[in-house]
Formats: sequence, structure tokens, C-alpha cells
Amino acid sequence: MKKLSTLLGASILSFSCLVAAPIQAEETQVPSTINWTVPFGVGGGTDVWARFIAPHLTKNLEGNPTVVIKNQPGGGSITGTNLFYKRAKDNGQDILGTSASTLFPFMLGDKRVRYNFDKWVPLMASPTGGVVYVQPNLGVSSAADINKLNGVTLPFGSQGPTRLELPVLIAFQMLGLDVKPVFGMKSRGAGRLAFERGEAKIDFQTSSAYLNSVVDLVNNDKAVPLFSLGVLNKEGKVVRDPAFPELPTFQEVYFQKFGKEPSGEAYDAYSKFLAAGFAFQKVIFIPADTPSDVIAAYRKGIHAMLKDPTFIKESAVQVGPYTNIEGIDAAQHLSNALTISPDLYKWVAQWLKTKFDYTL
Amino acid sequence: MIEFLSALDQILSIGHLTYLITGVLVGLVVGIIPGLGGIAGMSLLLPFLYGMEPSVGLGMLMGLVAVIPTGDTFTSVLMGIPGSSSSQATVMDGFPLAKKGQAARALSAAFLSSMIGGVVGAIVLSVFILVARPVVLAFSSAELFMLTLLGLSVVAALSGGNLYKGLAACGFGLLVGTIGGAPATGEFRFTLDIDYLYDGIPLVIVGLGIFALPEIVSLLVKDTAIASSKNKLGHGLGQGFKDVFANLPLVGKSSVFGSLIGAIPGLGGSVVDWMTYSFALNSSKDTSQFGKGEIRGVIAPESANNACASGSMIPTILFGVPGSGSAAVFLGGMLLLGIQPGVSMISTHLDLTYTIIWSLAMANILGAIFCICFTRPISLLTYIKFSVLTPIILTLILFAAYQATRSLGDFILLGVVASLGIMMKGANWPRPAFLIGFVLSSGAENYFFQSIQFYGTSWFARPGVIIIAALIVIGFVLPPILKKRKQAKLAEASDAEKAVAPTDHKPSMSYADLAIIALFAICGGYALFDVWDMAKLTRSFPMIAIAIVLFSVVMVIFKSVREKHQMVAAGLTPNLVYIAGFFGIAYGYYLFGFICTTFVFSLVFLRLIAKASYLKSSTIAVCLVIFLVTLGRIMHVDYPEGLFDEYLLDAIRLIV
Repeated sequence: MKKLSTLLGASILSFSCLVAAPIQAEETQVPSTINWTVPFGVGGGTDVWARFIAPHLTKNLEGNPTVVIKNQPGGGSITGTNLFYKRAKDNGQDILGTSASTLFPFMLGDKRVRYNFDKWVPLMASPTGGVVYVQPNLGVSSAADINKLNGVTLPFGSQGPTRLELPVLIAFQMLGLDVKPVFGMKSRGAGRLAFERGEAKIDFQTSSAYLNSVVDLVNNDKAVPLFSLGVLNKEGKVVRDPAFPELPTFQEVYFQKFGKEPSGEAYDAYSKFLAAGFAFQKVIFIPADTPSDVIAAYRKGIHAMLKDPTFIKESAVQVGPYTNIEGIDAAQHLSNALTISPDLYKWVAQWLKTKFDYTL
Repeated sequence: MIEFLSALDQILSIGHLTYLITGVLVGLVVGIIPGLGGIAGMSLLLPFLYGMEPSVGLGMLMGLVAVIPTGDTFTSVLMGIPGSSSSQATVMDGFPLAKKGQAARALSAAFLSSMIGGVVGAIVLSVFILVARPVVLAFSSAELFMLTLLGLSVVAALSGGNLYKGLAACGFGLLVGTIGGAPATGEFRFTLDIDYLYDGIPLVIVGLGIFALPEIVSLLVKDTAIASSKNKLGHGLGQGFKDVFANLPLVGKSSVFGSLIGAIPGLGGSVVDWMTYSFALNSSKDTSQFGKGEIRGVIAPESANNACASGSMIPTILFGVPGSGSAAVFLGGMLLLGIQPGVSMISTHLDLTYTIIWSLAMANILGAIFCICFTRPISLLTYIKFSVLTPIILTLILFAAYQATRSLGDFILLGVVASLGIMMKGANWPRPAFLIGFVLSSGAENYFFQSIQFYGTSWFARPGVIIIAALIVIGFVLPPILKKRKQAKLAEASDAEKAVAPTDHKPSMSYADLAIIALFAICGGYALFDVWDMAKLTRSFPMIAIAIVLFSVVMVIFKSVREKHQMVAAGLTPNLVYIAGFFGIAYGYYLFGFICTTFVFSLVFLRLIAKASYLKSSTIAVCLVIFLVTLGRIMHVDYPEGLFDEYLLDAIRLIV
């Protein structure tokens, strides 16, 4: 027993010596290792996006820091984001990559959400667009024929009422389409598979998925594109998507069908969730308390990265032909998108309840 | 054809082969360490992947993904810890074989079947991928639902003699599987307002809790080596190969079945091992050894899970919809290499597709050879006194569990599931039935509602549905019934002789039985109360599960009342004491920091409880710490930091 206590004592002693070793250094520039929290699993859209950007960040940031991607999946990104909110260090070593499914629960007041965007600053946002398309056997060859869809029930494979499809579901309702969502799709890809099987008659994909998987279908007369969701320009107005300049936007189709611009609470809700889900599809955040010169160093690096021709070229392939939004612009538009008035919240809650029997 | 051969030529080049072997080695390591799987391997390879020549990168990734179901066999057989979800069925007979001192035999048979399964899978893949698109599209939600039923019908074969116990366990598994968001509405069920439960319960935890921990605890209670009888090891390796060759038809059927199931997106590989296991069970003349160390029970799932990994490449490559967890990892890698999955993979990029297939075959062969080389030395582990291994195994299990969601909830849930596992093991309730119910729960619910919403009630007239229904009846429902009838006839014939002999084989009930019955009934009742007011689509499926549980529980009670039985003591008290200890230690790991606690706990446990020498105790403790720190460093694995780990890690960083 005596021997044991000696052993334990020795180990405790050596342990405390180790502990006592000072490890401090005042950092005023970007640390040599950056931990990039991605609240999604490996191989998902946000993960691939982050892993695509990471080496470019290393290349363009001062001191070429190592960027380590930390995947923390769970709760559709809520778990990892909560943890980041609680634990992230504000010396510039921790950054976060979010997606629409991080912003939506916050906007919808999900009770699991413990994060708040006040404490973070967006460094950069990657927008995306999306396209709605239908089966060719419905007699529709473009959005001009949209009236032919009146009274036709259109099954639609969706992940869930509060997922990325939320604004699209509002758009369907505003256009007076009889869309019957079938929930429980594991991903948008699974929804596309249901469309390819002929089970779903209408479907929607984000730009890169559309370009990679649906364009082939369109070329083989297995799908007919109807409209794109458009993109926000610098003034915050919706314009045609540069990736699909030949496709009308939702607003154009609405005008064509009803002879007036879309408006009202449904349209407000649509616009908010569209901005959060698509214009800010992927965002890099940094804690707001990070020293301002560190944030400035990040901004400088990101600015250089976005101007880098190799990045622009590869980004067009990986993310789509969209301009990434930087710094201040991002902060302004993002806070606009995330603020939902109590009345609008009430409308959304009511809509989810009556339409899908979903209680917020 | 040209692509087919040029791809072969390419993968045989030195550069390609080097990367492939790197992938294989990483895959084996992450396969052997439970809980890691493809994701951790990816994070190790990713830094190299970016900017790599696509065909070389794909070869490396394929090497990684292909051999994970080979490597995970080690812990399944030697320690009873399912290395990943695809080797859960291997534990059923692999671990009993190790206990009999035949670990080497089980392992070599498993590796050879893995190799054959993987190669068969690659062959199926190379032919099937050209025509697979319409076939995969033919599997709509209705057929997928029928496939989940096919998976569930396996329960009948795995229930041993007691169908109602099996049904109750399966129903309870289905019910536990409904925790979290309802697929049809997105509403949350049975979350008790605990954040952890919103995502549902992770499969890793259920697998570890229901199989691994109960085995470990009962070995600790006995305190011997894992292998209780010696000397078989010498003939183990060769015997394993002979076993495989004697069962080639089984290997072939399981492989083809595995690769086809893998090819269908949405079902995943987590049940294919159980399906082939019960297939082996049904097709065997003598089933008495199943669950006690029957080599066929190792061969079938091991052939199937490697084949399934091959098959799951079909939806990944053709549709960009991964068929399993590791396929999802592979998909991510493809995207990073700048390769888009889709039809172009068989039109313009056919050469890449064949590179993938050749790499797959090659990786399976290499992986199996590497594993076989290590089989003998590693099997010797089973002759070490178990209590010496305990800290290592416990650390591994906690490590694996923590990778599920990286929260304290993982540890707590593991303890809870393990308690259920211990009771079920003690009272002889079929644990696989629970696991299968759990695994298939969300698929069954999801595809059921989807098919009703897409097709109304006409879905069950679809030809695919009818074919699968016939398969279920012929393959899984009939054989046990026929077998029982045959046995009954035999029994009748021999009854006349036995009539005089007193029957000492009375059915017995223990307190563990009563506890399980009470637990099922209470949970069922509570769940019913909880979902009663919810939307129809949210509550329907849990109510079916509850109905199955309650009905079976009533039948179990009814049967035990009607039949004469004797009350016996469960004899589980020491096991439950260990589980209580487990909770304490797991909390310690969380509170004080994973690495510090590993060190202190191993030291104290080895010295005081296992009575190992100081040198041995401290060597093992230090090695464990080095292992964990290295793993954390290389693979960016996270541990609970607790109070002290931060300082310890900083200190280590200063030194190294």
C-alpha cells in the first residue's frame, strides 16, 4: 500500500508540475491554428464547402495558419452551434460555418437554440440559388404554361415543413399550386430521387445540385424547369439568377399569373426565409469580442481570397457562379433577414399549424 | 471494356498502389478502433486529398472505405464490442468462439469471407452499375418499406424459442427508435425536453450498450480470461479457412445478397448482417450452436458486410445519394476531388468508375491479408486475465460512445442501455430483436407514410411489393414454422420413450424477467399517454409499436401463468453493481477529463482490483494516454476535457 501511495504521489507531483507550466501569449494576429467548427457531419454540403474554402483561407491569411475543420453534427446543426456559442474562444482561433438550417431554427424560435447572432460577426457569406422544376408529362413546357397546373395535385418530396424548403412551400402556395408535400426525405437528394422515380411531380434543388444532377434530366426531357428563386442584388432586390439567366424568377411568374407584384405577409415571410436560406446559405462567423485587429486580418485575408483568380475559378465549380458577400454588407443584410416582427412570427406559426399541423 | 482494362493498368501502377495501401492501412486502423469508422479516417486523409489526381485520390478513399468492415471484426470477435454497425451480428457467434479459445479460427474465417464478399461485391458492382439506374429507380418508397419489413421478419428467426419475447423486444426497439423528430411531420416525440433526445438515440450507443457492456460485466464478474479453454489456437487459422471453403455456397449467397441490399439507397448496411445471419440460421440443419459459437454465424454476416460496402457505391456513384454512412464519407471525398456523381460516371467518366471498382477489389484483398497476418498475435489477447484488459476495453467503449454526439448524454445513455442489456442477457431475451427493431424503426415509419402519401392505398399492389412480400414469407416466416413442426413431430415420436422420465427442464422466470416486463409495460404506457394528443401522422407509428409491445408483454405473462414455471434468482446483482460503478466512472471521465481519468483509473484498477504489478499497471496506463493523445492529435478526435485535461494536453504539447 505504501508503494502505491508513493506511486500515486509521484504521479500527482509530476502532473502538477506539468500543469504549472505557463502557457500564455497575447495574440493580436490570427493564431497559427484556426479551429473551424462545422456543425454538420463529414461529407455534407456545409462540410464540403468549408473544406473547399479552408486551404484557400490558409493561403490568403497572414502567416498562413493551419485551418482545422471540426465537425460537430447533431440537431440539424443546433448542437454544434450551441457548443460554439458557449465555448468559442475570442482570440481568433475559433470560427464557425453555418447553413440555412442554423438560421431557420433561430428565426422560428426553436427552444433548443441557445445561440444568438448578436455575439458574432459574419466574415463572409456564400449565397446560392435554386430552381423549381416539374415532370414533363404535365403538359407544361415553361413557366408561361403555369395555368395548366391549376387543379393538378403535385406531390413534392420534402425534408420537413421547417427545413430549407420552407420559403419554397410558401412560394407554391402563393402561386396557387396544389402542392402536396411528402415529408421525411433524408436530404434534397432523396427528394430528387423521388422525382426521378416519378413519385414526386414537382421538385426543387439548390443551384449546384441542379447544375450537377437536374440539367441532365432536363436535356433528356425528363424534367421541365419552371422558375428560379432569383438572387438578391446589392440593394437587396431580387433579380434573375446569373446561373440561370433564361429562367424567370418567382416574382416574374407571380406577376405573369396574377398581374400584380407579390405582397402581403406570405410574401414577407417568403422574403425573410429566402434571404436567410439562400442569400446566406453558408456563413463564416467569428465571435464579436475577438480583437478588432484580428478580425481586420481575417477580413483582409478573405478579401484577398475572393479576389484570387484560382479561388474564383474553383468556386464557380464548387459553389456556383455567385459573388460571395463580405464583411459589413453581410452583417447588414443578415441582421435584416434575421429580424422577424412578432406579427410575422405569428403568421408563420399559424401557417405551419393550419397547413401542416406543425406546432412551433 | 477498354476502360475496364486501362483502369486495372492504372491501379497497378506504383503511385496508385501506394496511396491505395495507405488508404487500406488507415481504414484498418479506424475500423479496429471501435466508434471511429469512415469519418475519422477521412479527416486523416483529407489534407492529402485536396488537389490530388482524382483517380489516385479515389483509390485511396476506396481503400479506406472498403476495409472498415474488415478491420472492425477484431473487436467484435475478441472483445464482443461491435466495431461498427455492420459487424453487430458477428458478435453473436464470433465472441462465443473467442470464449471457447477459437478466436483465431473465427477471425481467419471472418477475414477470408470478408475478402470473398468484397471481391464478389466488386464483380457485382462492375456489371450491375451499367444497368443499375432503372433498377434502383424501381425501388420506390413502397418497396423500401417492404424491405424494412423483410428486415423485421428476421426477428422471428432470432427469437430463439420464445416468439413473444422476441416480438416484445422488437416492438420496444421500434418504440425507442421513434424518439426524436417524427419524419412525417417534423414534430418531436418522447424527448422529455432533454436536448440530447431530440436527435433520437445513436445506434453506436445502442450497439455498445446492448452487446458489449453486458459481456464485459459478466466476464468481470467471472474474472477469468476471455478464452476459458486453451490450446485450440494452434489450429485456429487453418481451421477458419477450411470452414469458409466448406461453406462456400453460404458465402456466395450472403455476398450477392449483401451487395444488392447495399445498392438500394435508404436501407443502409445496418441490417444486412442480421438478415444474412438469420439466413444462415434458417438454412442450417443443426441450429443448436447458433449464439454459442457457430462458425456459420460469423461467415454469413462478414461476407455480407463487405459486399454491402461495395454495393452501396452504386447509389453513391450513380445518384449522389449515399447508401450508408461510409458511402456518405466517400461521396464527400468525391466532391472534394471535384468529381460530380451522376450519370456522367458511366458515360464520360467510366474509367474513374472502373478505377473505383478495381480499387475496391484490391483493397478488400489487401485488407484481409493484412488482418490475417495480425490474427495470431492479436488473438493471444483473449488469454490474458480479463480484469487486466478491463481498463483498456472500458476506455475504448467510452471513447467509441463519446464519438456519437460528444456529450455527457452519450455516457448516461450507454449505462441505461447497458442495464437493459444485462437484464435481457440474464433473462434470455433476444437482444438482436431489440436492436433490429431499433435500427429499422425510422425507415419503417418513414417509408410507410411516404408510400401512402405518394400512392394512396394502391401501393401494396405494386409488383415489387408483392415480390418482396413473397420473399419474406418464403425466406423468413416459413422456415422457422416448418422447422418447429418437424421438431414437434420428432418430439412426438420420442415422447413415448420420454414420458416416464421426469422433466427437469421446467421453464423458469426470474426477477430480471419481471423487471423487463414491468419496464416494457411502463414505457409503453407512458409513451401511449405522451403521444395520445399529437397529430395523427406523429402518433400512428409509435402507437403501432406500443401495441406490439403491450400485446407481447401480455402474451408473455399469460404464457408464464399458464405454463408451470419456477421462480429463479436472476443472479444479476453483481452485474448491476458493476453498472452502478460504470455510471460513476463514466461521470469521472466526463468531469475530470477523459485522458486524466483514463490514466488514474487504469492505474488504480489494475493495481487494486486486477492485482497487476506496478510496472504493468503504469505501463498500460501510460500507453493508453499516449494512444489517446496521438489519436486526438492525428485524427482531430475530441474528448471530454473536464477539469484537468486542458492542462495535461498543454503540458504534453510543451514537451512534444
